[in-house]
Amino acid sequence: MNGHMFTLAGAELIAMGTGALWWPERSLLCVSDLHLGKSERVARRQGTILPPYDTRDTMTRLAADVARSQARVVVCLGDSFDDLGAAGSLPEEERLWIARLQAGRRWVWIEGNHDPGPVDLGGTHLAELPLAPLTFRHVARAGASGEISGHYHPKADILTRARLISRPAFLADSDRVILPAYGSYTGGLRSTAPELSRLMRSEAIAILTGPQPHAVPMPRGAI
Amino acid sequence: MQLPQTISDWFTAKGWQVHPHQVQMLDRADAPCTLLIAPTGGGKTLAGFLPTLADLADHPRDGLHTLYISPLKALAADIKRNLTTPVTEMGLPIRIEDRTGDTPASRKRRQRADPPHILLTTPESLALLVSYEDAPRMFAGLRRVIVDEIHALAESKRGDQLFLALSRLQGICPDLRRVGLSATVEDPPAIARLLARHPDPCEILLADPGPAPDIAMLTTDQAPPWAGGGAAYAIPAVLEQVKAHRTTLIFHNTRAQAELFFHNLWLANEDSLPIAIHHGSLDRQQRERVEAAMVRGDLRAIVCTGSLDLGIDWGDVDLVIQIGAPKNVKRLVQRIGRANHRYNAPSKALLVPANRFEVVECVAALDAVRAGALDGDPRGPGPRDVLCQHILIAAAAGPFDADDLYAEVTGIGAYAALTRDAFDACLDFCATGGYALRAYDRWQRLQKRADGRWQLRDPRAAQRIRMNIGTIQDTDTLKVRLKASRGGKPLGEIEEGFAASLSPGDTFLIGGEIVRYEGLREMVVEVTRRADRKPKIATFMGTKFATSTQLSARILHMFAEDDWPDLPAHTRDWLHLQRKVSRLPQAGRLLIESFPHDGRENMVVYGFAGRNAQQTLGLLLTKRLEEMGLNPLGFVATDYATLIWGLDRLTDPAPLFDIAALRAGVDTWLAGNAVMKRTFRASATIAGLIERNTPSARKSGRQATFSSDILHDTLVKYDPTHLMLQITRDEAMRGLVDFGRIEEMAARVGTRIDHVTPGRITPLAAPLFLEPGRVPIKGLAEERLLAEEADRLLASAGLDPAPPRRPGWRVPY
Repeated sequence: MNGHMFTLAGAELIAMGTGALWWPERSLLCVSDLHLGKSERVARRQGTILPPYDTRDTMTRLAADVARSQARVVVCLGDSFDDLGAAGSLPEEERLWIARLQAGRRWVWIEGNHDPGPVDLGGTHLAELPLAPLTFRHVARAGASGEISGHYHPKADILTRARLISRPAFLADSDRVILPAYGSYTGGLRSTAPELSRLMRSEAIAILTGPQPHAVPMPRGAI
Repeated sequence: MQLPQTISDWFTAKGWQVHPHQVQMLDRADAPCTLLIAPTGGGKTLAGFLPTLADLADHPRDGLHTLYISPLKALAADIKRNLTTPVTEMGLPIRIEDRTGDTPASRKRRQRADPPHILLTTPESLALLVSYEDAPRMFAGLRRVIVDEIHALAESKRGDQLFLALSRLQGICPDLRRVGLSATVEDPPAIARLLARHPDPCEILLADPGPAPDIAMLTTDQAPPWAGGGAAYAIPAVLEQVKAHRTTLIFHNTRAQAELFFHNLWLANEDSLPIAIHHGSLDRQQRERVEAAMVRGDLRAIVCTGSLDLGIDWGDVDLVIQIGAPKNVKRLVQRIGRANHRYNAPSKALLVPANRFEVVECVAALDAVRAGALDGDPRGPGPRDVLCQHILIAAAAGPFDADDLYAEVTGIGAYAALTRDAFDACLDFCATGGYALRAYDRWQRLQKRADGRWQLRDPRAAQRIRMNIGTIQDTDTLKVRLKASRGGKPLGEIEEGFAASLSPGDTFLIGGEIVRYEGLREMVVEVTRRADRKPKIATFMGTKFATSTQLSARILHMFAEDDWPDLPAHTRDWLHLQRKVSRLPQAGRLLIESFPHDGRENMVVYGFAGRNAQQTLGLLLTKRLEEMGLNPLGFVATDYATLIWGLDRLTDPAPLFDIAALRAGVDTWLAGNAVMKRTFRASATIAGLIERNTPSARKSGRQATFSSDILHDTLVKYDPTHLMLQITRDEAMRGLVDFGRIEEMAARVGTRIDHVTPGRITPLAAPLFLEPGRVPIKGLAEERLLAEEADRLLASAGLDPAPPRRPGWRVPY
């Protein structure tokens, strides 16, 4: 597994091909928008019965990243659950799995718009986490700096000489990083969307996830 | 049944005689099922309706008497016109109405409360009617069902859906009589089996097929190009033909080609002949204007696609021109049936090949038509995704008994062999999702009640089920309007993917006009009119053709000749050139060409094995190329050849056909392939696992929705025997062949492989580069492409072209 290293507010960070962010100095692994329990929520609210394996798949990938990194701190950057009901109805097996992952390390749930309250799953619940020189929160704030956020599920389209390739991507500039969504049942928002083009500085880069992360100037759209 | 006096008087007053097959239909008015095969213009539709008119003339009554189903909205509207005239002239008290997606909601409501005597509709609208709780009341007195153009419906899932809906109607009205109307088909008993309630008999009536068509290839002084589908070279010759005839229909294989041809035709139309364009992506009002002008006889020519393919009675058409090779001989013959609706005169048609390979194809097709060889297209058992949708439709209509529904379904020809286990698996899928992991006890979609019947857990779900009725896989399209302060004139629709490729200022063709893209507002593409001469061409849906393997054998036979004195000189020279720079494919050997073109390495495998086999070959060979590290990027298959492109050149074809290697891991490769994912998306949408994209959902942005590929990959990983994957495989195999057949082909060819490296594109390969239906391969080539492009982009942005991918990632561990 490879990563792309860059710095934010003096902190050396590594964007991993899996969509997780690694901060070696603090042994901190950060993931965003897990949307655990999404299939349950869709069945409950909409009646469509999606394959109920999304939580298992997301957790499998997260467990692998945690095991590889041996992180001392894990930060889930909000929208960790598709809603509070989905958090409440996670099967026992998956609750135990989360508990096993939490053992022996600090675990922080940042609140997101999908999961705005505390959940009964161990770890610390915070609206945001300041960890100098960085701040972890769910939705980026204009004017902030040293900020790590998620929420938008960014993806980037790259036109290669043979075809257009579209992948979930980190967006990074000198003020902030926006993480791609880590959950299995998540879609993406193109980096050319006005809200992302407005947020990110003109010299921002997009780091495409995949077997090998690739950094490119962030594709921008009209604001 | 006797013809009532009022009706026979009407025939006499018109000076017409009742056709023999019309009398036969009357005689069989009480038969449970009758299939009439008659040429267009033979009074086929009236033959179908005559028993209804006679019954209602003798026994006037209220309520729905006859249901007529056609594959096209336009056809329902056309029949309404053509039937209302004689009914009015006969003075019969019969109300005739149509009901399609275009019918206003107020009229639709009224039709359910107070149905007409004769209702003309489409399979989708019928399925919707059947999903309402009041269906038993609306259909209570129904006596007859007429399925028009049944040969067209029989080829697709729309037909399966229709017959499933009919099985419900038959449950409501056990004495329902079924009539099918069909153009000439290869295997009438196969159609009859679909139509009849199993195991009812179905009598087949064959009307006089009329004189053989007069069909030829248009020869021009100008040589057609090597590749391309526009046939622009033939414009002057086509215009001459239009001038020499009263009304000409000019058929194209794709909408994009029709647009381009129409545009060029207008530029050359110095006499300003009235010529119009008609295809399915145009706005409804515009289509209706063209249809009305056609009925009035105002038009000299219509440039069109399959939207005019079926039996619409346009009156005075005396010439049909087919641009591009007819990909299917049956369709060609049916299209020719469009010309000259007078029963006793031969239909006249001209084929216009768009490139030189199509000259060869046209010659072979003409041979096949003369030999009376239609392409057979056996359909296999009824698809289970449509059955799943039908179960949901039944649930939307009210609680149902599983035994009764199973009995109804197995009364359909295509589902007669469906086992109870297979049915129960579909029911379980609809109720619980059918997953190995039982996760939805609380949120089941269907629940079994205390009385043993099944019902929707949440009655509000009925609305969502109705919104997703249908089996046509529509690509996402966007409406196109002229820009104006309060929403300008609608022009039609374009594919979302094409719209995404447009930048303000780009021009494209729609409805024969060049328009300029101004922007996107509320998911509507806003354009202004432009008078440019060179548009960027709209790409409409990549049409997938049903194709014919029979032409393959005929063409190989032609290639075996030393010379081709009967072909036009330009095509003869072109074949000689192919023989000089490469070879011509031969039976019993396998020709493979490798050459660079357009910045990529290409290989063409001329198997002449039919599209399904060539498609399968494409899947298997790209697997081997990926394993051999040659970085394939995609392939496309025709009846004759498979073109594969990638980053690296093939030097030795022998390892490609290593049978053990072909077989190893083929299931994994197949499961991950774009063909499977595309099929999964279509089947999962039909079966109700994923919902169609509603305009409102798309407006709210893509972020909330995620690709169906993710669901597919999740199932493959965690529930590989799930019903939806079984269905996907079955459906994909309809467009593929068994791998065993490819293995046999590899074994048969053995070492008789001719690998030619001509250094550049060859005459025979050229047309392949414009084929629709490309299948991307997402292997390691993507990583290399991304790396290349990332380096290039960073360098041009003045950033470090080689970002530090240091082993530093491992440092913290």
